[in-house]
Amino acid sequence: MSASHKEPNYMAVFFLLAVLTAIEIGVVYLPTTKMIIAILLVGLALGKAALVAMYFMHLKFEKRTLGIIALTPLILCTLLIIALLPDLTGAPHKTTTIPAEQAAAVEQPEAMPADAVDGEAAEATIQQ
Amino acid sequence: MSQVAAASHAAEPAESPLTPESWGKLGMWVFLAGDAMSFGALLAGYGAIRAGSVDWPNPLHVLGISLTAFMTFLLICSSVTMVKALSAIKHGNRAGLRNFLLLTILGGVTFLGLQAYEWTHLIHSGMTFTSNPHGSYLFGTTFFAITGFHGMHVTGGVIYLSIVLVNGLRGKYSAENHNGVELVGLYWHFVDLVWILVFTFIYLIG
Repeated sequence: MSASHKEPNYMAVFFLLAVLTAIEIGVVYLPTTKMIIAILLVGLALGKAALVAMYFMHLKFEKRTLGIIALTPLILCTLLIIALLPDLTGAPHKTTTIPAEQAAAVEQPEAMPADAVDGEAAEATIQQ
Repeated sequence: MSQVAAASHAAEPAESPLTPESWGKLGMWVFLAGDAMSFGALLAGYGAIRAGSVDWPNPLHVLGISLTAFMTFLLICSSVTMVKALSAIKHGNRAGLRNFLLLTILGGVTFLGLQAYEWTHLIHSGMTFTSNPHGSYLFGTTFFAITGFHGMHVTGGVIYLSIVLVNGLRGKYSAENHNGVELVGLYWHFVDLVWILVFTFIYLIG
Protein backbone atom coordinates (compact mmCIF):
# COMPACT_ATOMS: atom_id res chain seq x y z
CA MET A 1 0.00 0.00 0.00
CA SER A 2 2.75 2.45 0.89
CA ALA A 3 5.82 3.58 -1.06
CA SER A 4 4.12 2.79 -4.38
CA HIS A 5 5.95 5.76 -5.90
CA LYS A 6 9.35 7.31 -5.45
CA GLU A 7 9.26 10.28 -3.08
CA PRO A 8 9.60 13.58 -4.98
CA ASN A 9 12.38 15.99 -4.07
CA TYR A 10 10.38 18.10 -1.61
CA MET A 11 13.18 20.58 -0.98
CA ALA A 12 13.39 21.35 -4.71
CA VAL A 13 9.62 22.03 -4.75
CA PHE A 14 10.01 24.21 -1.66
CA PHE A 15 12.85 26.15 -3.27
CA LEU A 16 10.80 26.65 -6.44
CA LEU A 17 7.79 27.89 -4.43
CA ALA A 18 9.98 30.33 -2.47
CA VAL A 19 11.56 31.67 -5.67
CA LEU A 20 8.15 32.04 -7.36
CA THR A 21 6.88 33.97 -4.30
CA ALA A 22 9.89 36.32 -4.53
CA ILE A 23 9.23 36.77 -8.28
CA GLU A 24 5.59 37.63 -7.48
CA ILE A 25 6.69 40.42 -5.15
CA GLY A 26 9.02 41.70 -7.87
CA VAL A 27 6.32 41.55 -10.55
CA VAL A 28 4.07 43.82 -8.45
CA TYR A 29 6.55 46.68 -8.97
CA LEU A 30 7.20 46.13 -12.69
CA PRO A 31 6.88 49.36 -14.69
CA THR A 32 4.10 48.09 -16.95
CA THR A 33 0.29 48.17 -17.14
CA LYS A 34 -1.89 46.83 -14.31
CA MET A 35 -3.42 44.32 -16.72
CA ILE A 36 -0.07 42.75 -17.65
CA ILE A 37 0.97 42.62 -13.97
CA ALA A 38 -2.35 40.98 -13.05
CA ILE A 39 -2.00 38.35 -15.80
CA LEU A 40 1.58 37.57 -14.69
CA LEU A 41 0.51 37.33 -11.03
CA VAL A 42 -2.41 34.99 -11.78
CA GLY A 43 -0.13 32.82 -13.93
CA LEU A 44 2.48 32.61 -11.17
CA ALA A 45 -0.18 31.83 -8.53
CA LEU A 46 -1.71 29.05 -10.64
CA GLY A 47 1.78 27.63 -11.20
CA LYS A 48 2.45 27.61 -7.45
CA ALA A 49 -0.96 26.07 -6.73
CA ALA A 50 -0.25 23.35 -9.32
CA LEU A 51 3.14 22.61 -7.69
CA VAL A 52 1.49 22.22 -4.27
CA ALA A 53 -1.28 19.97 -5.67
CA MET A 54 1.02 17.84 -7.85
CA TYR A 55 3.90 17.24 -5.42
CA PHE A 56 2.78 18.02 -1.85
CA MET A 57 -0.69 16.53 -2.36
CA HIS A 58 0.77 13.74 -4.54
CA LEU A 59 -1.79 14.32 -7.30
CA LYS A 60 0.90 13.51 -9.88
CA PHE A 61 1.20 9.99 -8.46
CA GLU A 62 -2.49 9.25 -7.84
CA LYS A 63 -5.13 7.46 -9.90
CA ARG A 64 -6.96 9.53 -12.49
CA THR A 65 -10.14 9.58 -10.39
CA LEU A 66 -8.62 11.99 -7.89
CA GLY A 67 -7.33 14.21 -10.68
CA ILE A 68 -10.83 14.43 -12.13
CA ILE A 69 -12.23 15.29 -8.69
CA ALA A 70 -9.57 18.00 -8.31
CA LEU A 71 -10.36 19.44 -11.75
CA THR A 72 -14.11 19.69 -11.07
CA PRO A 73 -14.00 22.91 -9.00
CA LEU A 74 -11.70 24.49 -11.61
CA ILE A 75 -14.26 23.83 -14.35
CA LEU A 76 -17.17 24.97 -12.16
CA CYS A 77 -15.32 28.16 -11.15
CA THR A 78 -14.61 28.94 -14.80
CA LEU A 79 -18.33 28.58 -15.53
CA LEU A 80 -19.08 30.79 -12.51
CA ILE A 81 -16.76 33.51 -13.79
CA ILE A 82 -18.42 33.35 -17.23
CA ALA A 83 -21.80 33.66 -15.50
CA LEU A 84 -20.52 36.73 -13.64
CA LEU A 85 -19.07 38.42 -16.76
CA PRO A 86 -22.12 40.67 -17.27
CA ASP A 87 -21.49 42.05 -13.78
CA LEU A 88 -17.79 42.55 -14.47
CA THR A 89 -18.50 44.68 -17.53
CA GLY A 90 -21.68 46.33 -16.30
CA ALA A 91 -22.21 49.96 -15.34
CA PRO A 92 -19.60 51.17 -12.85
CA HIS A 93 -21.02 51.67 -9.41
CA LYS A 94 -19.89 53.28 -6.21
CA THR A 95 -20.40 51.10 -3.20
CA THR A 96 -20.40 53.66 -0.39
CA THR A 97 -23.66 53.92 1.53
CA ILE A 98 -24.66 57.59 1.34
CA PRO A 99 -23.98 59.84 -1.69
CA ALA A 100 -22.81 62.78 0.51
CA GLU A 101 -20.51 60.52 2.49
CA GLN A 102 -19.30 59.01 -0.74
CA ALA A 103 -18.30 62.34 -2.27
CA ALA A 104 -16.48 63.31 0.90
CA ALA A 105 -14.64 60.00 1.07
CA VAL A 106 -13.50 60.23 -2.55
CA GLU A 107 -12.52 63.91 -2.57
CA GLN A 108 -11.00 64.39 0.89
CA PRO A 109 -9.98 61.12 2.42
CA GLU A 110 -7.82 62.87 5.05
CA ALA A 111 -10.79 64.85 6.43
CA MET A 112 -12.71 61.66 7.17
CA PRO A 113 -13.67 62.05 10.86
CA ALA A 114 -15.48 65.38 10.43
CA ASP A 115 -17.13 64.25 7.19
CA ALA A 116 -18.22 61.03 8.78
CA VAL A 117 -20.17 63.06 11.33
CA ASP A 118 -21.75 65.04 8.46
CA GLY A 119 -22.52 61.76 6.74
CA GLU A 120 -24.36 60.53 9.79
CA ALA A 121 -26.29 63.76 9.95
CA ALA A 122 -27.19 63.36 6.28
CA GLU A 123 -28.25 59.81 6.92
CA ALA A 124 -30.46 60.96 9.78
CA THR A 125 -32.01 63.61 7.52
CA ILE A 126 -32.70 61.07 4.81
CA GLN A 127 -34.33 58.74 7.28
CA GLN A 128 -36.66 61.55 8.37
CA MET B 1 -5.06 -12.61 16.40
CA SER B 2 -7.65 -13.79 13.90
CA GLN B 3 -9.96 -11.04 15.14
CA VAL B 4 -7.32 -8.43 14.42
CA ALA B 5 -6.77 -9.88 10.97
CA ALA B 6 -10.51 -9.86 10.30
CA ALA B 7 -10.81 -6.24 11.46
CA SER B 8 -7.93 -5.10 9.27
CA HIS B 9 -9.42 -7.03 6.36
CA ALA B 10 -12.75 -5.29 6.87
CA ALA B 11 -10.96 -1.93 6.78
CA GLU B 12 -9.29 -2.73 3.46
CA PRO B 13 -10.93 -0.86 0.58
CA ALA B 14 -12.65 -2.86 -2.10
CA GLU B 15 -10.99 -2.66 -5.51
CA SER B 16 -12.84 -0.64 -8.14
CA PRO B 17 -11.83 2.06 -10.63
CA LEU B 18 -13.25 4.62 -8.21
CA THR B 19 -11.15 3.38 -5.32
CA PRO B 20 -7.92 5.24 -4.72
CA GLU B 21 -5.55 3.93 -2.07
CA SER B 22 -8.17 4.49 0.62
CA TRP B 23 -11.77 5.61 0.97
CA GLY B 24 -10.60 8.25 3.40
CA LYS B 25 -8.44 9.80 0.71
CA LEU B 26 -11.30 9.77 -1.78
CA GLY B 27 -13.54 11.37 0.85
CA MET B 28 -10.96 14.05 1.66
CA TRP B 29 -10.53 14.94 -2.02
CA VAL B 30 -14.30 15.21 -2.54
CA PHE B 31 -14.51 17.46 0.53
CA LEU B 32 -11.60 19.59 -0.68
CA ALA B 33 -13.18 19.95 -4.12
CA GLY B 34 -16.34 21.26 -2.45
CA ASP B 35 -14.31 23.53 -0.20
CA ALA B 36 -12.43 24.82 -3.25
CA MET B 37 -15.80 25.83 -4.70
CA SER B 38 -16.52 27.88 -1.56
CA PHE B 39 -13.26 29.77 -2.00
CA GLY B 40 -13.78 29.95 -5.77
CA ALA B 41 -17.22 31.50 -5.28
CA LEU B 42 -15.89 34.00 -2.72
CA LEU B 43 -13.03 35.03 -5.02
CA ALA B 44 -15.27 35.22 -8.10
CA GLY B 45 -17.72 37.38 -6.15
CA TYR B 46 -14.80 39.54 -5.02
CA GLY B 47 -13.71 39.95 -8.65
CA ALA B 48 -17.20 40.92 -9.77
CA ILE B 49 -17.62 43.50 -6.99
CA ARG B 50 -14.15 44.92 -7.54
CA ALA B 51 -14.39 45.14 -11.34
CA GLY B 52 -17.63 47.12 -11.12
CA SER B 53 -16.45 49.54 -8.43
CA VAL B 54 -15.02 52.95 -9.28
CA ASP B 55 -13.77 53.75 -5.78
CA TRP B 56 -11.87 50.53 -5.08
CA PRO B 57 -8.61 51.36 -3.26
CA ASN B 58 -5.29 49.90 -4.43
CA PRO B 59 -4.67 46.99 -2.01
CA LEU B 60 -0.94 47.73 -2.13
CA HIS B 61 -1.62 51.13 -0.52
CA VAL B 62 -3.97 49.79 2.18
CA LEU B 63 -2.54 46.37 3.06
CA GLY B 64 1.10 45.69 3.81
CA ILE B 65 2.52 42.98 1.58
CA SER B 66 5.84 42.40 3.34
CA LEU B 67 4.08 40.83 6.34
CA THR B 68 1.75 38.74 4.18
CA ALA B 69 4.61 37.68 1.91
CA PHE B 70 6.26 36.33 5.05
CA MET B 71 2.98 34.61 6.03
CA THR B 72 2.90 33.00 2.57
CA PHE B 73 6.46 31.80 3.03
CA LEU B 74 5.53 30.48 6.49
CA LEU B 75 2.65 28.39 5.11
CA ILE B 76 4.90 27.00 2.37
CA CYS B 77 7.43 26.04 5.07
CA SER B 78 4.70 24.35 7.12
CA SER B 79 3.67 22.39 4.01
CA VAL B 80 7.24 21.14 3.73
CA THR B 81 7.32 20.07 7.39
CA MET B 82 3.98 18.31 6.75
CA VAL B 83 5.37 16.23 3.86
CA LYS B 84 8.41 15.51 6.03
CA ALA B 85 6.09 14.26 8.81
CA LEU B 86 4.35 11.88 6.41
CA SER B 87 7.68 10.79 4.95
CA ALA B 88 8.99 10.08 8.50
CA ILE B 89 6.07 7.84 9.48
CA LYS B 90 6.23 6.04 6.12
CA HIS B 91 9.70 4.99 7.22
CA GLY B 92 8.38 4.07 10.66
CA ASN B 93 10.04 7.07 12.33
CA ARG B 94 7.60 8.10 15.08
CA ALA B 95 9.91 10.71 16.64
CA GLY B 96 10.22 12.34 13.21
CA LEU B 97 6.44 12.33 12.82
CA ARG B 98 6.06 14.02 16.23
CA ASN B 99 8.73 16.65 15.58
CA PHE B 100 7.58 17.58 12.08
CA LEU B 101 3.91 17.68 13.14
CA LEU B 102 4.89 20.02 15.99
CA LEU B 103 6.74 22.26 13.54
CA THR B 104 3.71 22.25 11.21
CA ILE B 105 1.41 23.22 14.09
CA LEU B 106 3.88 25.94 15.10
CA GLY B 107 3.75 27.31 11.54
CA GLY B 108 -0.05 27.36 11.61
CA VAL B 109 -0.24 29.04 15.02
CA THR B 110 2.33 31.67 14.01
CA PHE B 111 0.36 32.34 10.83
CA LEU B 112 -2.79 32.89 12.91
CA GLY B 113 -0.92 35.19 15.30
CA LEU B 114 0.36 37.30 12.42
CA GLN B 115 -3.12 37.43 10.91
CA ALA B 116 -4.56 38.57 14.24
CA TYR B 117 -1.86 41.26 14.38
CA GLU B 118 -2.66 42.37 10.83
CA TRP B 119 -6.41 42.47 11.46
CA THR B 120 -5.96 44.46 14.69
CA HIS B 121 -3.78 46.95 12.85
CA LEU B 122 -6.30 47.35 10.00
CA ILE B 123 -9.29 47.66 12.32
CA HIS B 124 -7.48 50.37 14.32
CA SER B 125 -6.80 52.19 11.04
CA GLY B 126 -10.58 52.36 10.50
CA MET B 127 -11.12 49.46 8.10
CA THR B 128 -13.83 47.10 9.32
CA PHE B 129 -16.39 44.71 7.83
CA THR B 130 -18.67 47.65 7.01
CA SER B 131 -16.38 50.65 6.67
CA ASN B 132 -13.22 51.64 4.88
CA PRO B 133 -11.69 55.13 4.97
CA HIS B 134 -9.69 54.41 1.79
CA GLY B 135 -12.67 53.91 -0.57
CA SER B 136 -15.39 51.34 -1.14
CA TYR B 137 -16.49 49.74 2.13
CA LEU B 138 -16.91 46.46 0.23
CA PHE B 139 -13.11 46.35 0.18
CA GLY B 140 -13.25 45.79 3.94
CA THR B 141 -16.20 43.37 3.66
CA THR B 142 -14.52 41.14 1.07
CA PHE B 143 -11.12 41.38 2.77
CA PHE B 144 -12.37 40.25 6.18
CA ALA B 145 -14.78 37.67 4.73
CA ILE B 146 -12.18 35.95 2.56
CA THR B 147 -9.12 36.15 4.84
CA GLY B 148 -11.42 35.25 7.77
CA PHE B 149 -12.77 32.21 5.94
CA HIS B 150 -9.21 31.15 5.23
CA GLY B 151 -8.14 31.88 8.82
CA MET B 152 -10.92 29.60 10.07
CA HIS B 153 -9.54 26.88 7.81
CA VAL B 154 -6.08 27.38 9.34
CA THR B 155 -7.65 27.22 12.83
CA GLY B 156 -9.46 24.01 11.89
CA GLY B 157 -6.22 22.68 10.46
CA VAL B 158 -4.29 23.39 13.66
CA ILE B 159 -6.97 21.51 15.66
CA TYR B 160 -6.96 18.63 13.15
CA LEU B 161 -3.13 18.47 13.23
CA SER B 162 -3.19 18.47 17.05
CA ILE B 163 -5.59 15.51 17.06
CA VAL B 164 -3.33 13.62 14.65
CA LEU B 165 -0.32 14.53 16.82
CA VAL B 166 -2.03 13.10 19.92
CA ASN B 167 -2.99 9.94 17.99
CA GLY B 168 0.62 9.69 16.84
CA LEU B 169 1.93 10.05 20.40
CA ARG B 170 -0.38 7.19 21.40
CA GLY B 171 1.28 5.08 18.72
CA LYS B 172 -1.65 4.92 16.29
CA TYR B 173 0.51 5.37 13.19
CA SER B 174 3.27 3.18 11.81
CA ALA B 175 5.07 2.46 8.55
CA GLU B 176 2.10 0.27 7.51
CA ASN B 177 -0.69 2.50 8.85
CA HIS B 178 -0.21 6.19 8.10
CA ASN B 179 -3.44 7.01 6.32
CA GLY B 180 -4.54 9.50 9.01
CA VAL B 181 -1.32 11.48 8.58
CA GLU B 182 -1.74 11.52 4.81
CA LEU B 183 -5.32 12.84 5.11
CA VAL B 184 -4.41 15.71 7.46
CA GLY B 185 -1.55 16.47 5.06
CA LEU B 186 -3.96 16.77 2.12
CA TYR B 187 -6.10 19.20 4.10
CA TRP B 188 -3.11 21.25 5.25
CA HIS B 189 -1.62 21.53 1.75
CA PHE B 190 -5.01 22.61 0.46
CA VAL B 191 -5.10 25.43 3.03
CA ASP B 192 -1.63 26.45 1.79
CA LEU B 193 -2.76 26.25 -1.85
CA VAL B 194 -5.79 28.45 -1.18
CA TRP B 195 -3.64 31.03 0.63
CA ILE B 196 -1.40 31.27 -2.45
CA LEU B 197 -4.49 32.28 -4.46
CA VAL B 198 -5.91 34.56 -1.75
CA PHE B 199 -2.54 36.29 -1.39
CA THR B 200 -2.45 36.97 -5.13
CA PHE B 201 -6.04 38.15 -5.59
CA ILE B 202 -6.52 40.12 -2.35
CA TYR B 203 -3.06 41.54 -1.71
CA LEU B 204 -0.96 41.61 -4.86
CA ILE B 205 -3.21 42.57 -7.77
CA GLY B 206 -3.15 46.36 -7.55
